Amino acid sequence: MKIIVLVKEVPDTYGERKLDLETGLADRAASEAVLDEISERALEVALAYADSHDDAEVVVMSMAAESAAATIRKGLAMGAASAVHITDPGLAAADLGLTARTLAVAIRRTGFDLVITGNLSTDGSGGVVPAMLAELLEVPNATALSSVEIAAGSVSGTRNADGATMRVSARLPAVISITEALPDARFPNFKGIMAAKKKPFETLSAADLGIEPHDLSVAVSIMTAIAEKPPRAAGVKITDEGDGGTRIAEFLIENRLA
Amino acid sequence: MTDYPADSILVLLETTPNGELATSAAGLLGAASRIGTPVALAVIAPSQAQALAEQAAATGAERVLVFETNSTQAELTIPHVDALAAAAAVVVPHAVLISNSIDGRDIAGRFAARTSAPIAVDAIGVSRDDEGIVAHHSVYGGAYNVDSAATFGPLVVTVRQGAIDARAEARPVALESLEVPASGAASAAIESVEAVTETSSRPELRGATRVVSGGRGLGSAEKFALVEDLADALGAAVGASRAAVDAGYIPANHQVGQTGVSVSPQLYIALGISGAIQHRTGMQTAKNIVAVNKDPDAPIFEVADFGVVGDVFTVVPQLISALAERKR
Ligand SMILES: Cc1cc2nc3c(=O)[nH]c(=O)nc-3n(C[C@H](O)[C@H](O)[C@H](O)COP(=O)(O)OP(=O)(O)OC[C@H]3O[C@@H](n4cnc5c(N)ncnc54)[C@H](O)[C@@H]3O)c2cc1C
Ligand SMILES: Nc1ncnc2c1ncn2[C@@H]1O[C@H](COP(=O)(O)O)[C@@H](O)[C@H]1O
Repeated sequence: MKIIVLVKEVPDTYGERKLDLETGLADRAASEAVLDEISERALEVALAYADSHDDAEVVVMSMAAESAAATIRKGLAMGAASAVHITDPGLAAADLGLTARTLAVAIRRTGFDLVITGNLSTDGSGGVVPAMLAELLEVPNATALSSVEIAAGSVSGTRNADGATMRVSARLPAVISITEALPDARFPNFKGIMAAKKKPFETLSAADLGIEPHDLSVAVSIMTAIAEKPPRAAGVKITDEGDGGTRIAEFLIENRLA
Repeated sequence: MTDYPADSILVLLETTPNGELATSAAGLLGAASRIGTPVALAVIAPSQAQALAEQAAATGAERVLVFETNSTQAELTIPHVDALAAAAAVVVPHAVLISNSIDGRDIAGRFAARTSAPIAVDAIGVSRDDEGIVAHHSVYGGAYNVDSAATFGPLVVTVRQGAIDARAEARPVALESLEVPASGAASAAIESVEAVTETSSRPELRGATRVVSGGRGLGSAEKFALVEDLADALGAAVGASRAAVDAGYIPANHQVGQTGVSVSPQLYIALGISGAIQHRTGMQTAKNIVAVNKDPDAPIFEVADFGVVGDVFTVVPQLISALAERKR
């Protein structure tokens, strides 16, 4: 069973996140980069399966800036057997279509029974990459799973969709995405960090994958404008002296909110 | 074959598990009507097609294409994508609008990949300029406004639920049944479905004009009822922080924030919520923010228009009686 976990490096959400007003891309200097929490949970699903199945091989894969190598390596330290890092200056401003096309080629090249992704990344919050990959890879998509059971030839789970909770299953190979209802990931330990240094780490360019990032015959989505909004200012803050509730009621009535 | 207006905007209608038009449809059709002619697509059980088409026309669909099928009960995503591909081929729309819901995102992603169309996600609005359709986005919790567009061809847009105020005028019913060739793409199987029945008459969180949210400061599921009481006093929807969801005070679909729902109500009241950046991301575009927290340094006060440093269990009951007093 070969499981590819798609991981993403994102700006740390606990810090201030900025966009470059020229390019519209994340300003990497503004905040620390971390492995997306949802990526870690996705990896945990794969590692938990591998803990009890000797035939399981877990690969972490990411399309990210060159500087993300250290973040991807954390996936190896946590327990993945190998890593694939797709990095190319031409892919820096990739739209969702190019991202999905590139990842799909890399996934096919690596080979897979199951692809596990997060349901939403915390920076883009696109949430469409998993379905796009399933289409390009010609396999089923079972998304937004809040529980996952992996079997020899199939994967199933609970899907918390809009207005309904459902049980879904798919034959392998398949793409699944998981939600933050799944457990927190394990921490890499010292042994894991040492072992990670010796694990295979493949770095691929767009050309290695036969991808032409600036193919003008393919329609893409482009950013046409960007503006920063002034941060919200704090208003009145009072300390409750026995009339806090009444004071809020007055504020609501004054502002026609009640 | 029928011909469609040159400025057609294809709208995928969402339906509730019992075949009614979902609330997201009004915003999608409203948005479509501002940039072209709304042509709606419904994927629906045969017995429910006529009623749905009537609801869609009343909500502003100029034409309603209907793919009558029961396959959506057993197959995830694929029936909708096949229908959308068939509809797009005959309508040749300038844009395809789909709800930014869990199902909507899957359908949009697959459809965009299948037709090599560029995709714009989580738009809070759409407009049209000389060069075509533009999608408007609010990113990093409303800190930036970003516009995006396709270099050419139709743009697939997922639209944030509750973000569009525009509404389209009712149209006469024009139902057309759509031939959908099956793509044969492998789909996941739906083994069972349990509709999440909202037992309350409270407004939906998405698109609500007032939201009252509670955090870990409420302390227990029982005591979280205080949040619901205030919400009811104000006719507000109920929200929560992730910590409150994790602690089991309330189901996950009430989570506000980066990985929950983004809301922009007239009024947002945060009770016992620290205001971590991931929470603020989902609510700081509210017009008015009120916060009650016993920690004077809680970050929620940085964005609150009216903040009270105090205990929710004394402040909120007083607020509820003051509101009741006024009603009398
Ligand atoms: C990738 C990622 C995504 C996340 N997404 C989200 C998200 O979508 N939404 C979200 O909310 N969080 C999200 N979080 C979590 C976020 O960082 C915080 O942990 C969470 O918002 C904290 O919830 P809280 O404010 O209820 O709890 P706490 O931070 O524990 O705050 C509780 C507050 O209650 C106050 N309090 C306690 N008792 C009382 C009382 N009796 N009266 C008044 N005040 C009282 C305390 O002073 C405290 O400020 C995310 C985190 C990560 C890493
Ligand atoms: N550039 C990328 N590299 C690797 N995985 C990605 C990338 N973009 C998206 N993904 C995967 O798709 C999931 C959803 O991402 P998104 O569609 O961007 O919200 C993420 O949690 C990842 O698992």
